[in-house]
This record gives sequence, C-alpha cells and structure tokens, in this order.
Amino acid sequence: MQNHFPLWKNILILIVLVLGLVYSLPNLFGEDPSVQISASDGTEISEVQLGKVEHSLDKAAIPIKALEIKGKQILVRFNNTSEQMRGADLLRSSLGNKYIVALNLAPATPQWLRDLGAAPMYLGLDLRGGVHFLLEVDMPAALKQADERYYNDIRLALRTAKIRYKSVSYDTGAIKVVLRNAVDKQAAIDLVDNDFRKLDLKTQDEDLVLLLSVSEAEVKAIKKFALAQNITTLRNRVNELGVSEPVIQQQGDNRIVVQLPGVQDTVQAKEILGTTATLEYRKVDTEHDVQNALSGRVPVGSRLYYERDTRAPVLLKRRVIITGDQIVDASSGIDQNGSSSVNITLNGIGAKKMGRFTKDNIGQPMAVVFIEQKTFTKMVAGKKIRRKEKVEEVISIATVRDAFSRRFQTTGLDSPQEARKLSLLLRAGALAAPVDIVEERTVGPSLGQDNIDKGVMSVIVGFVMVLLFMAAYYKVFGLVANLALTFNLVVIVAVLSLLQATLTLPGIAGIVLTVGMAVDANVLIFERIKEELANGNSPQTSIFSGYEKAFSTIFDANITTLLVALVLFGFGTGPIKGFAITLAIGILTSMFTAILGSRMMINWIYGGQRNKDLSI
Amino acid sequence: MTKQINFLGKRKFAAIFSGLLLITAIASLAMQGLKLGIDFTGGTLVELGYEKSVDLNVMRSQLAEKGFADATVQHFGTAQEILLRLKPQEGVSNAELSVGISAAANAAMQMQGDMRRVEFVGPQVGDELTEDGGLALLYSMFGILIYVAWRFEYKFALGSVAALAHDVLITLGFFSVLQLEFDLTVLAAVLAVIGYSLNDTIVVYDRIRENFRVLRKGSAESVMNISLNQTLSRTLMTSITTLLVLVALAFLGGEIIHNFAIALLVGVVIGTYSSIYVASPLVLALGVSKEDLMEPEVEKEGADFDMMP
Repeated sequence: MQNHFPLWKNILILIVLVLGLVYSLPNLFGEDPSVQISASDGTEISEVQLGKVEHSLDKAAIPIKALEIKGKQILVRFNNTSEQMRGADLLRSSLGNKYIVALNLAPATPQWLRDLGAAPMYLGLDLRGGVHFLLEVDMPAALKQADERYYNDIRLALRTAKIRYKSVSYDTGAIKVVLRNAVDKQAAIDLVDNDFRKLDLKTQDEDLVLLLSVSEAEVKAIKKFALAQNITTLRNRVNELGVSEPVIQQQGDNRIVVQLPGVQDTVQAKEILGTTATLEYRKVDTEHDVQNALSGRVPVGSRLYYERDTRAPVLLKRRVIITGDQIVDASSGIDQNGSSSVNITLNGIGAKKMGRFTKDNIGQPMAVVFIEQKTFTKMVAGKKIRRKEKVEEVISIATVRDAFSRRFQTTGLDSPQEARKLSLLLRAGALAAPVDIVEERTVGPSLGQDNIDKGVMSVIVGFVMVLLFMAAYYKVFGLVANLALTFNLVVIVAVLSLLQATLTLPGIAGIVLTVGMAVDANVLIFERIKEELANGNSPQTSIFSGYEKAFSTIFDANITTLLVALVLFGFGTGPIKGFAITLAIGILTSMFTAILGSRMMINWIYGGQRNKDLSI
Repeated sequence: MTKQINFLGKRKFAAIFSGLLLITAIASLAMQGLKLGIDFTGGTLVELGYEKSVDLNVMRSQLAEKGFADATVQHFGTAQEILLRLKPQEGVSNAELSVGISAAANAAMQMQGDMRRVEFVGPQVGDELTEDGGLALLYSMFGILIYVAWRFEYKFALGSVAALAHDVLITLGFFSVLQLEFDLTVLAAVLAVIGYSLNDTIVVYDRIRENFRVLRKGSAESVMNISLNQTLSRTLMTSITTLLVLVALAFLGGEIIHNFAIALLVGVVIGTYSSIYVASPLVLALGVSKEDLMEPEVEKEGADFDMMP
C-alpha cells in the first residue's frame, strides 16, 4: 500500500521525538544561584565538612535550598542571589584559607532527569557573562632564563671540577667560556660532553674558547615546559580566585586560553593572571664595594640591585639561593613591628638549599628580591608610550641569625594587600615565563542576560511568523510542516544539550537561520506534490512521488550547506564555531524531521485513502 | 504552471544589472575598503551602560583630558549606552587600556557605569583572524567547486562558484558602500550566505539536470527556462521564510548581531536573484548540453536513499 510507513519506522520517529523532549527538558528548569566549596589542596571533602557548612549557614539564618557533595566539592544551592552572596561571604570567612569558595549557577535539573544524563545547554561567555583571555607566553624570556641558569651551572661545574678559566660570559643565546690552557680546555670539553648534553658545543682548535648554546631539542623542551608550567600555574591561580567551571587550555605552540565564566572583576583577574611576581633569595655581596659597582665595575659574580624604599644600591650575588617555585605555601600576616609579612614554607629541595646556606652563612646578610613585570606609561611628545619592564627590588635584607630551612618569614612589604597578593601568587606558583594578554573578551552579566532574552525573543518571533506563513500558504500540509519544524527545534535543543556544545549568541542566530531554512525541505516536497497533482496524478501517487523526487535535491542542497558549516567550524574561533555547530546540527536534524517526520504525519492523515482531496 | 516567465530571455539585462552592482562593489572595496571591526584591526572596545543619557561631546572632551584623545565615542543602541574604541597602541599592554578608559568615562559621568562588554584584540591576533577568515572563504568555495563538479558537471561547478563570488562581492560591497562595521560575526554571515545561495542554486541545477534527461526535445535555453519556472515558487517561498526570521533577528536580536542579520538579509536577496539570473545563464553561456548530463550512473543517484522517505 502506498503512503504507509511500516511500524518500525513510526516507532523510530516517535522514539526520537520522546528522546528529544526528554533531553531538551532540562533547559526549562533554569538555574539555582549556588556556592561551590572545594579544598584548596584538592583533597576529598568529608561529610563532616558538609555538616559544618550546614551548621554555620543555619546559625546565620541563611536558608539553603539544597546541599550535596559532588565529587570533590560541596554544592550549596540558595533560593536567590542575595542569599547566595551572604552565604558565600559567610563561608569564606568561616572556612578560611584551606577552602575555595566559588559562586556558581547550578542547573536546577530534577534528579530523575539528571539520572538520565540530561543537562541544560552549556551557555557561552557571551550569554552567561564572563571573561575570555588569550595569553601568549613570552618564549624569548623563557629561553633567556634558561641561558642564565646554564650560565650559573657551568661556572659552578667548572669550579667544582677545579678547571681554571679566564672568563665565562653570556650574551644573546650563547655562553662563552675562555680557558687558560689546552689541558683545561680538554677537561672542560669532557665536562660539557658528560654533564651538559643539552648544550651544543662549538670550538676551534687554535684558540681556548668554548661557545655553548642551548640545542634545538632543548629549546623545544624549554618551550614545552614553559607552556605546561604556565598552564599549571594559571590553573592554580584561577582556583585561588574561586571561579567555577574555568577553562584553561593550550592553543597552538605558545598560547593559552583562559575562560572565567561569571567573573566580573576583570581588573583583579588580569592582575592575578598576568603578573609574574615572585621572590628570590640571594646572598649579599659583602666582599666588594658598592660604590665601585655604581661607577660601572660590577664584580663578575654579582649584580647591582636597589632597595625598594630607600633606593639605596645593594650588591647581590648572582647565584640564587632559592626561587619562588620552591615555595609550597605562603600566607600573609603581620610581623612583630606591625608591618606586613609573608610566612613561607619551602619544599624539600628548597628547604635543603636554604638549610645548607643558612648553616654556612650565620651572621651574613641575605636579601629578598621581589620581581615583577610592570607596565609603565610615559608621555613622550604628547603621545602615550607604554613599556614593559621587569622590576627587581630588594624588599628586605636581614642577617641570618640562625640556621633555618623549611619555614620562615619575609618582611618589608608595603601593605597588607600586597602581602596578600604576594602570598596568593607564591602559593599558586610562579609563571615559568611572562605572559601577555593578546586578546580579551569580557561580557558583563547584564549584557549576557540581554543577549539571551533578545536571542530567545528573535527565535520565537521568527518561528511564529514562519508558522503562520506556512499554515496560510500550505493549509493542512503547512500545519504538518509546522509540527515538523517544532519537532526540529526540540531535537536541535536536545542534541546541543546532549553534546554540551557551547551555545553562543551567533549560535542562537544559527538556530534562527535553520528555522528559516528547515522549512525549505518541506517547501521542496510540497511544491513537487503540487506539480504532480497539476500533472493529473492521483493524490496518493502525488504524495509518493513528491517525496521521492524531492529527496535527492534536498540531499544535495543540504550537503553543500553542511560543507560550509564544516569549513566555518574548522577556521572559526569562539563565536563562529558556535554558529557553525548549530547550523550543522540544524541541517542534520531538519533532514530527519522535515522528510521522515512530516511524511509520517502526512501518511497518518492521507495514507491509504483513495481520491481524497489534498489540502495543500 | 500557468504562466511561463522567460527568465533567460532577460539575461542581458541581468548581466548589465549584475555588472553595475559588481563594479560599484569592487570600486567601493578598492577605494574605501571595509570598515573593519577590532576583530581584524586589533584594538580595544568598551561598552558601558549608564542610568542617564550620555552627552557625547562632554564625554569626548573629558576623555581627551585624561589622555584618551584618540578614542572614538558613540552611542550604542540607546543614548544611555556608549561604545568606546581605541586603536591598537605600540607597546604591549593594551589589556590595561580598557580599565583606564572605563575609569575615565565613569569619572566623566560622575557615576559607576555598568560594564557591559570589553573586547581587546592584539594586532597580531587581528592579523591571524583576517587570514583565517580569508582562508575560510577560499576553502569553502573550493570545497563547493569540487562537490558540485562531482555531483553534476564542471560547467555547473563553475557556474555555482561564479554565482557565489558574485553574492559575496556584492554583500561585501554593500558593507563597504554604507561603511557598516565588518566584524567576525559578519564574516560568519557572509559564509552562511555562501551556504544559502548555494542551496538555492543547487535546487535549480538539480531540476535542470532532471529536465535535460526527461524532456527529450527543446533547446538548452528552453529546458532551463522551464526548470527555473518550475522551481520559482519554491525559491520564493524559502526566501520569504528565511527573510521573515532574518527580519526578526535584525530588529529583535540586539545590536551585537544586527550587522550579522543585515549581511544575511542582503545575501539572501542577492543569492535568490543570482541563482536565477547568474548561475543558470552562466551554465548556458558555458555551452551546457544534454550530453553533459547523460551518464547513466548519475541516473541512479538517490536510489540508495529510496528506502528512506
């Protein structure tokens, strides 16, 4: 019999419809303002903590909507944002440093839907508000740091091996070692061959000079490490900021994408992310005269620094005792004199180095150097010139009174805020190389909500206009196309929710466009049916051949559009990708709903009935 | 099918019309170019909302005093919202500019504004986005060329790609003539225009191919005219529904996607026109004949899918 679907086909279509409805359902429930609590060291959270959180909120009479442990986090849901804010403030102060309290919007999806793995669509930053940063790692700086490290290591190794040398110097990309005689030269070559395999060695037979440069493979390794290290550090810092669902990803060879949904204080975010502030502990050079150094004769193993407050010059040894990356914990506090301080805890290696140094240097002065990348603005000839400079200031010089290793205190910071910021940065770890923000896109929460409202509004209005137009023009067939179109919208939302693909404003535009174009398949079919009827075919035959003949046209037309969507996806960034995704999904689902879905309904209405007039 | 319109008979007029549009578009693109958004030029853009209307002249002079003399200031949507733009500046830390200029604007208004949006694109990133955008255009055209050549025949492939180039140039020209801002979302719209216009063209070609096989007599021109007439109501219907939603998007979607919707509106209109008056006449001019489409293996196309509907 013509125009009758086998049972399995009907069931298949209905199953897709039911699945579409179920998985698009979570989008109707909205979100709960909530607070997310996790341990700052990433450990599990126990029931005991849960009880404490509940108790302290109870005591402050802040009502809780729900409370649960989700993986390594506690999720507290509130009824409204003002209670959420009060709750977050309370929890921050009562839980202290060990826990990270982040604001979040948790989907209010009912449990039975969550059991089915259903979740609402993932909204992009342009819809929910937040910051998108693209950071570029300053690779030349990372390589320069490596050069400096090798320079120090080479000198130390030569000395340890008792190889006498005339000079060791380094200059763009190469370390130059000048030796005293051929025997020493051979010994130095052997040393480099054995202990410094990552360095390329260049030398000429006739002179006593060794030129060492970091090998190609090592350059690659340094870059890779700098990127990985920076990602880790940025992740730590973002965690310290208390952001829920942050995205920190590598992009290309030297870039990192950081997305912080819901963050509004971009100034703070930029400062915390971009800053390279760290500490170094160095021995004060007491053997040489500072005045000599000031007139240009800086001793080989030393460098000239200035004190932060007094601007007094200080000579410090080039060799660093410990650096910021050996610090495992730091907290801000107040020292005996009432000035701001940072309490520092070192890791094993750092503690060993510090222990060895302080034991050998009791009574000697030690300096703390504060290093930060800063941007300066200067007005030159009426134009603003911005320059980035590395600021290295001595913030304190103290005499080593006693051998110490793991825990100690650094004083001399300007303000409690600075102490807090420094302790946060030290906790999170230093960046292996400075980063620059090369792209920023921030959307305030009010604009995000506006975008959602306007997007949804235009989908609805466009949708309704198309429905009216189709019903007016194609009558019963138009109504069928409308149902298929609605079905299509439901399936698009369901697929987007299931894939957890990011929905952006251009993505919504993609949905709107698909609504317009999805009826195209039905228009093609219906026009064909009309033609067949005009050619004098029976209604049943017309329906049959209308669907039949339109199919390859629909197929070709949609494949080419899909091709464009794929190219868009491949080349696009952020918002454009969002557009490409919804367009591609829309094309695929519309083929299903407009061809199979509408056919099923037409079959139900007209199938198997002889000579009934078609309302088309 | 009561009345047959002789579309191809008017192809000379169409050629002149298209030619004029293209010349205008190319001339404008060559002379004043596109008003590129910061996505491509690099720079800083800040959107602020206030509770009272903003006097642009006051704002400009106040910003100039604070050292932002090169900032452009304009209302955005309403008089209470402003859009501030800064060109990329030498020295790296443009990221901090947004903070500085927002503070200066708040000081000028003597109130804390609602920070609605900040965009900063480094010059290098801007260059990359431009390059990627251009490549995306080229690759999608190339992909289409291959697909259409494979599914139809190379004359059709050339015809469709030429029609697409026509649509893209005129849409870009429209943005150039009116100096509307061209940003990433508009580029996405232009690419979507390619998809849409191609969709239209393919439907027409499909019917031409079918009619070449079915109608054994008649010149190529008459076969094509019949095909265009047969697909006309479909072409118009789909354009109307698409235009309906685009109008909704243009008027209700908000400022950010306004230009996106405008680009699509222009593109859909031009795309509809070109699938009738550019793509088909070109295939005719290239000398298409029945023999080109008579391979029996193509005849069976779609047979695999017969089970589907």
